[in-house]
Amino acid sequence: MALRAQFPALAQEVGGHPLVYLDNAATSQKPQSVLDALAAYYEDDNANVHRGIHELSRRATTAFEGARVKLAKFIGAPDSAELVWTRGTTEAINLVASSWGMDTLGDGDEILLSSLEHHSNIVPWQLVASRTGARLRYIEMDEQGRLILDYLPELLTDRTRLVAVSHISNALGTVNPIREIADQAKQVGALVLVDGAQAVPHRRVDVQELGCDFYAFSGHKMCGPTGSGGLWARRSLLESMPPYQGGGEMIRMVERDTSTWAEIPHKFEAGTPNIAGAIALGAAADFLDEVGFDAIAEHERELLSYALERLDDMGGITVYGPTDLDERSGVISFTMGDAHPHDISTILDSRGIAIRAGHHCAQLVMQHFGISATARASFYLYNSTDDVDRLIEGLASVKEIFGPA
Amino acid sequence: MVEVPLTSLYQELILEHYRHPRNKGGLANHTVEAHVANPVCGDEVKIQILLDGGRIEEIAFDGQGCSISQASASMMTALVKETERSEAIRLADVFTDMMHDGEDASPDKSLGDLRALQGVSKFPVRIRCALLAFDALRNALGEGLQVDSVGEPDPVGGTVHSDRSEGETTH
Repeated sequence: MALRAQFPALAQEVGGHPLVYLDNAATSQKPQSVLDALAAYYEDDNANVHRGIHELSRRATTAFEGARVKLAKFIGAPDSAELVWTRGTTEAINLVASSWGMDTLGDGDEILLSSLEHHSNIVPWQLVASRTGARLRYIEMDEQGRLILDYLPELLTDRTRLVAVSHISNALGTVNPIREIADQAKQVGALVLVDGAQAVPHRRVDVQELGCDFYAFSGHKMCGPTGSGGLWARRSLLESMPPYQGGGEMIRMVERDTSTWAEIPHKFEAGTPNIAGAIALGAAADFLDEVGFDAIAEHERELLSYALERLDDMGGITVYGPTDLDERSGVISFTMGDAHPHDISTILDSRGIAIRAGHHCAQLVMQHFGISATARASFYLYNSTDDVDRLIEGLASVKEIFGPA
Repeated sequence: MVEVPLTSLYQELILEHYRHPRNKGGLANHTVEAHVANPVCGDEVKIQILLDGGRIEEIAFDGQGCSISQASASMMTALVKETERSEAIRLADVFTDMMHDGEDASPDKSLGDLRALQGVSKFPVRIRCALLAFDALRNALGEGLQVDSVGEPDPVGGTVHSDRSEGETTH
């Protein structure tokens, strides 16, 4: 079956035009196999996990923990107990900030972020810094939105406790050299957290090769359901960290005044988890493995290259981000003269083309370029050069309305 | 989605106000001001008013954002300049009603150029763009922020603004 045909949502018309979905950095569409996995859990195996002594609970638990093993392998984790299910990247980062951050950070400690970060890798650290007295510092970016690593030796001090950076920028598509950053961070004894929300859907991630200590990702951007995702962390770290939330599932023994905790990863999974979401995320990982990351990466690179060429031919368009395709993933953030990104998006929407307009939860990136917003087209494995052609036609219509830049 | 022609949204008069805004800038002498922002899209409108008793003697706006939000601000300032405060608030109510009533209602003549924005009512996600300037106007005239109480940016919470819209959390 053709790849695109496996995504039911892509078969619809919007405003009388076949849908062109280019908002994949926000969320991806879901293949039938993922939808089937969600339905199969609720239709056949619906039960709570880890506690019922009955057939359905056994099945649910097996599928739920089986998905954990699958996803751990998917990101190169050596041990599935090191993978904590979360609602997504944001919760994974908040988990580290609340648990590890509140427990270990103190006055004068430093957290090194980058100005490329999504707000979800900034605000949790602002919250923890304001409560612990820790200080935030930033790796700045250059005119192409690439982190300036020349500054790293100065920025990394004996007070640096954590470096928290994105693997791939959601706003510009910049691919950051995580291994290089991690190697330097290790020299001052800092831990490294990676926001992998934009990477796991698009390339083979191996947390061990990256040399990081925490890796956060979301299920919904990789063909999985919303509300699914995870945090990988080294076993020794997870074992030393206090629980994030209290409740059922995460305890060993509860007494009147104190409790003891379950083993990892369950210590961090209070309450009934997103069972269906985890199982369906496993189906998403199977789907992506079947297509293969070599094919996905090559396809997205071709689309990116084709789209950048056509945008360049068109003229009057400013594209932000790295020009070297080796340093960039399938995200194109751009502005067009007088036409505000919001207006661009409305005009494209009237032609059935979905893009994103705004600051992309990355206001520091916008400030860096002295703009308030960009229009952003982002690709995934099911997009085609036809989609790019439709985008270009839509942008020609924007030019007609707003006039040449 | 209903197919709506874009011509009802991007009328020439709107684009003309967007390209050549009236009353744009600041007032050296003003008695009240307000600053509103839409955190979803980053649109901002700041207005300053010189009130003489109940009368709007001078009004100016500054801001950034989409054609709808900025044209609306330009048209609004042109309309309420040299009117009574009560009339300005009435016009804000009439305009807000037009945004919510859709294209069937016949636009109130007293809205002047702002009638060109009626087509926005057919684009629900853009209505708040058109209303942004009126939020600023109401804030400045009503429970509006006085000049000396307009806040400094708060390190976590952002600048003082009225949140009209849902937050965004996606990557």
